[in-house]
Amino acid sequence: MTSLSRNTLYRLTINFFLNLTTRCSALVACAVVCVILLFLLRESLPALSDISLARFATDSSWYPLSNQFNLIPMLTATLLTTVGAILLAGPLGLASAIFSTFYAPRPIAILYQRLVELLAGIPSVVLGLWGLVVLAPILARFGGSGQNLLTATLVLAIMILPTVALGSYVALRAVPGSLITGGAALGMNRWAIARKIAVPAAKSGIKTSMMLAISRAIGETMAVLMVAGNVAELPKSLFAPVRTTTANIVLEMGYASSSHRSVLFLTGLILLSSVVVIVFISEVVTRRNDDA
Amino acid sequence: MTPETEDSNSERESFLPLTGKGRFSGAVSTVGLWLCAAVVVGLLGWVLFDILRGGFSQLTWEFLSVEPEDAGRAGGISTVLVSTLLILAVALAVAVPISLAAAVELAERNRNRSMFARIVRKSLDVLAAVPSIVFGLFGNAFFCIFLGMGYSILSGGLTLACMILPIMTRLFEQAITAVPNEYRFAASSLGLSKSTTILRVVLPSAAPAMTAGIVLSIGRALAETAALIFTAGSVTRMPESVKDSGRALSVHIYDLAMNVSGGNSKAYATAAVLVVLLLVVNGLATLVIRWSSVETDSWSGVPR
Repeated sequence: MTSLSRNTLYRLTINFFLNLTTRCSALVACAVVCVILLFLLRESLPALSDISLARFATDSSWYPLSNQFNLIPMLTATLLTTVGAILLAGPLGLASAIFSTFYAPRPIAILYQRLVELLAGIPSVVLGLWGLVVLAPILARFGGSGQNLLTATLVLAIMILPTVALGSYVALRAVPGSLITGGAALGMNRWAIARKIAVPAAKSGIKTSMMLAISRAIGETMAVLMVAGNVAELPKSLFAPVRTTTANIVLEMGYASSSHRSVLFLTGLILLSSVVVIVFISEVVTRRNDDA
Repeated sequence: MTPETEDSNSERESFLPLTGKGRFSGAVSTVGLWLCAAVVVGLLGWVLFDILRGGFSQLTWEFLSVEPEDAGRAGGISTVLVSTLLILAVALAVAVPISLAAAVELAERNRNRSMFARIVRKSLDVLAAVPSIVFGLFGNAFFCIFLGMGYSILSGGLTLACMILPIMTRLFEQAITAVPNEYRFAASSLGLSKSTTILRVVLPSAAPAMTAGIVLSIGRALAETAALIFTAGSVTRMPESVKDSGRALSVHIYDLAMNVSGGNSKAYATAAVLVVLLLVVNGLATLVIRWSSVETDSWSGVPR
């Protein structure tokens, strides 16, 4: 009898501690998010309180050492490279997913997906190095150093291509086979089935993968930093050098102090919030599509 | 990507007519899609071929075993390799236990949609979307300055741990969820308690897939640069402890390419080392996944 109760006690204790550990660990994820937000806010508070918000748009330019903090050039560069990259990588990624779902023979499709995963695994700093050494000199033939808005957009597009391609592939494969066979029974050809049945059916997954790619593009740092030329001015053409928000942080964190440093944290906060907003939008999109 | 699910879906499209009504658009789209695929493969081939060719011409045993000299223009990358391994070790030592416990919580105890599980999942989603440079800023403000660790391998490793936490938790959760429920029923019918079931039955069966999860997370951590520049720093000396600053492989590539004139060839060699390491790591993960045949995330961490 005593052994049984001791056994039960032991069991309860183990259960209790295991439960406690797993629960606390799960909470760590929430805690990390909160601490990140807290510290970005804390560090950017001096900038928010000392510098009026309007100045981030109206200051003469980005001369942080003489207290001129115009963020517009950097934010524009981020916006332009992101939009350009998704315009290039979105259709190509979707085409790649349609290719391996509907067009490629089975062995080729499997091999092809492996290659796309391989592309996804290439570190951004390596892609940046390639862009700097190989792509930039090619684009330099059109004038300038080759480190410009166009190069940055192209490298960024390559960077986010696998995200779109892999995400859309998964979404397309999840389309019920009955829909596909139904289309075939109606005499539709592959292209019509892919375009009129599979893509609409996989819409929510494809949209999610695009959203994920956009958030990757906004946050991408190294690849863009190494090929964009990094001049903090509004670009006048595709061949003008630009500096994205992320690149700006890497370039200046090393020596920034006081309000300059604080402004850099503020840009980090802006990046974080835009990415979080995208995550929530994509969630709403998915949910609405799932309900419909 | 288990072989089973691949097969159950496979061949279902092969009967589809390539052309039919709208023969022209069918033919054009076929050509167009093959071209798109060729572009993707071509890009990958171009990048990989260029990096590996440029790197292997420089790569010798000496390069791996000698300390960098003259800001990296000469010498090798031995100290950089050691720092990278130390940063990785710190990150894994912190992230693995936390992710494991969190995954158990999500997969075993809160599989249904409790408020708690929803909040944790949401946090993990947000964490997975945080740009790496923001992790760098956070690590700098929190670990380096607030906790007084300075630019150190410890700060870098802890920052990386925060970064790989969501991927690792998700992969672990998938591994645990993939364990057949029959195992749990059997354990339950033998009178095993919930914790014994988890510790003795579920986790051992999920171990191979979880190993793959760790390996994939290592790949993610190895590729990281932006989060490390302002946390682990970029000192090239041999680190004496985790409190010293140390330069990761990826930071070394960045520094050689951007800040050191004439550093390109060594940057290429280092990039080749990094790419080969990643290929090995990802190959290992693929092998483990195939061996355990449990559905897992791809390398990119794209949710499946």
